[in-house]
Amino acid sequence: MSAFIEVKNVWQEYGDQVVLERLNLAIAEGEFCTLVGASGCGKSTFLRLLLGQERASRGAILLAGEPLAAEPDASRGVVFQRYSVFPHLSVLDNVALGLELPRAPLLGRLFGAAKREAREQAAQMLAKVGLGHALDKYPSALSGGMQQRLAIAQALIMRPRVLLLDEPFGALDPGIRKDMHALLLELWRETRLTVFMVTHDLSEGFSLGTRLLVFDKTRIDPHAPNVFGARITYDIPLNSDRRAARAAVQALPAHVTGTPQPAL
Amino acid sequence: MRLINRHPDRGGRLLLILLPFALLLFAYFIGSAQRLADNPNDKLLPSATQMVAAVDRLAFSEDKRSGKYLFWQDSASSLKRLGLGLGIAALAGLGLGIAAGSLPLLGAPLSPLLTVLSMVPPLAILPILFIVFGLGELAKVMLIVIGITPVLARDLEQRAREIPPELLIKAQTLGANTWTLILRVVLPHLLPRLLIALRLVLGSAWLFLIAAEAIASTDGLGYRIFLVRRYMAMDVILPYVAWITLLAWLMDLGLRQLAHRAFPWYEGAKA
Repeated sequence: MSAFIEVKNVWQEYGDQVVLERLNLAIAEGEFCTLVGASGCGKSTFLRLLLGQERASRGAILLAGEPLAAEPDASRGVVFQRYSVFPHLSVLDNVALGLELPRAPLLGRLFGAAKREAREQAAQMLAKVGLGHALDKYPSALSGGMQQRLAIAQALIMRPRVLLLDEPFGALDPGIRKDMHALLLELWRETRLTVFMVTHDLSEGFSLGTRLLVFDKTRIDPHAPNVFGARITYDIPLNSDRRAARAAVQALPAHVTGTPQPAL
Repeated sequence: MRLINRHPDRGGRLLLILLPFALLLFAYFIGSAQRLADNPNDKLLPSATQMVAAVDRLAFSEDKRSGKYLFWQDSASSLKRLGLGLGIAALAGLGLGIAAGSLPLLGAPLSPLLTVLSMVPPLAILPILFIVFGLGELAKVMLIVIGITPVLARDLEQRAREIPPELLIKAQTLGANTWTLILRVVLPHLLPRLLIALRLVLGSAWLFLIAAEAIASTDGLGYRIFLVRRYMAMDVILPYVAWITLLAWLMDLGLRQLAHRAFPWYEGAKA
């Protein structure tokens, strides 16, 4: 399989501070990459590059052979640790928003039958992540775990090809974290989503991913700590059973597997 | 128990709220009674009966010259000017604040300009307004608009910048363009803040209104106060001041209730 995302000699520098240097990667579609490393080693920077929030100082990132759009768009979904959901919209509207915005470039909202359809679709997605009972609540009335469920539903309703997760479960209790892992893996299995997840929790990185990327600085000059950036020091394939299952599913012709796009 | 840990109960709280007002009124009427006892023609501290008579004359009997009820006519003119001024300023402040706070290309020229403009003392340019807009309604409304728009715009610009960047990125990944992002994310975030900012500038708005009416007007609450000042008619001035205070307080209360009803998410989201 040819690479879905190609990272070619990417450097990221802020002034004379080098954060990332000489990144080269090829990621197949449907991989679940977990990104780990010490604080400040550039894994979140790498995620921002993939998101289009920042542009690489050098090098190129290709998505399906095309250079990545330089600003965030609907092809890449994202879940942050905080501030991922809109506090002024109900749970249902938070998800329906993703269906309304692309179809209503003038008013940003749908009316009548189109609106009903969007809300119905959103309600189905919310039922899927276990929020079917809280459609009319505002996010501030939800617990941290439920807010992250909402953020995931909101990202997936767009059927993105890539899902970027920036320490999505960092603020959650261990028990809730486990539920979220199960939910995330289930959603990943059902779709052909390519996932990048930044995490501080090594065990989380090992148990969830099909590929673990470790960011670290290989060269350190104690007199000028900013001169050298981080690289990917380990690139470990994991959970080969899931990886094989996914590859087998993808080898099937599209009419057998159903919709080619991630659909829920 | 330490003082910082002692809280009034419900009845006690009500009593404590009313106490300073009662004390003020009490001190006033004691002083008034004393002065009137010394000199029944004293005008400085009129008694309650004198003020009631003045209100009755202005509010509940026709003016002999114009055939109108002056008190209500004054109130209507003043509230119309104030409402127009606040409404225009709110729209202008919202537009400028959103433009400067969420579009970097517009913020670069607008932000320093607004900062400088907000330093111009509005009352200092009142003569310019009278020269440019004449002595009619426009100049008075413009004084309120010019006086409070920069304050509103700067506050809303700041609030627009405080919207977490994560939310703006999220909206983009949900397919928003610049316009729909402003419409569905930035604007709803700023509307409750606009109501709060309006409450804070209500005092200035009244100040500019009364100043403009005092200088060039033929009716209005400020006009009446400055007109009867010539006769030292404290029996008119004091009820007018109380009425203005009541109106301002009611407007503040109304804005607060509106924010509470229209944006129930706002309180929860702050936590």
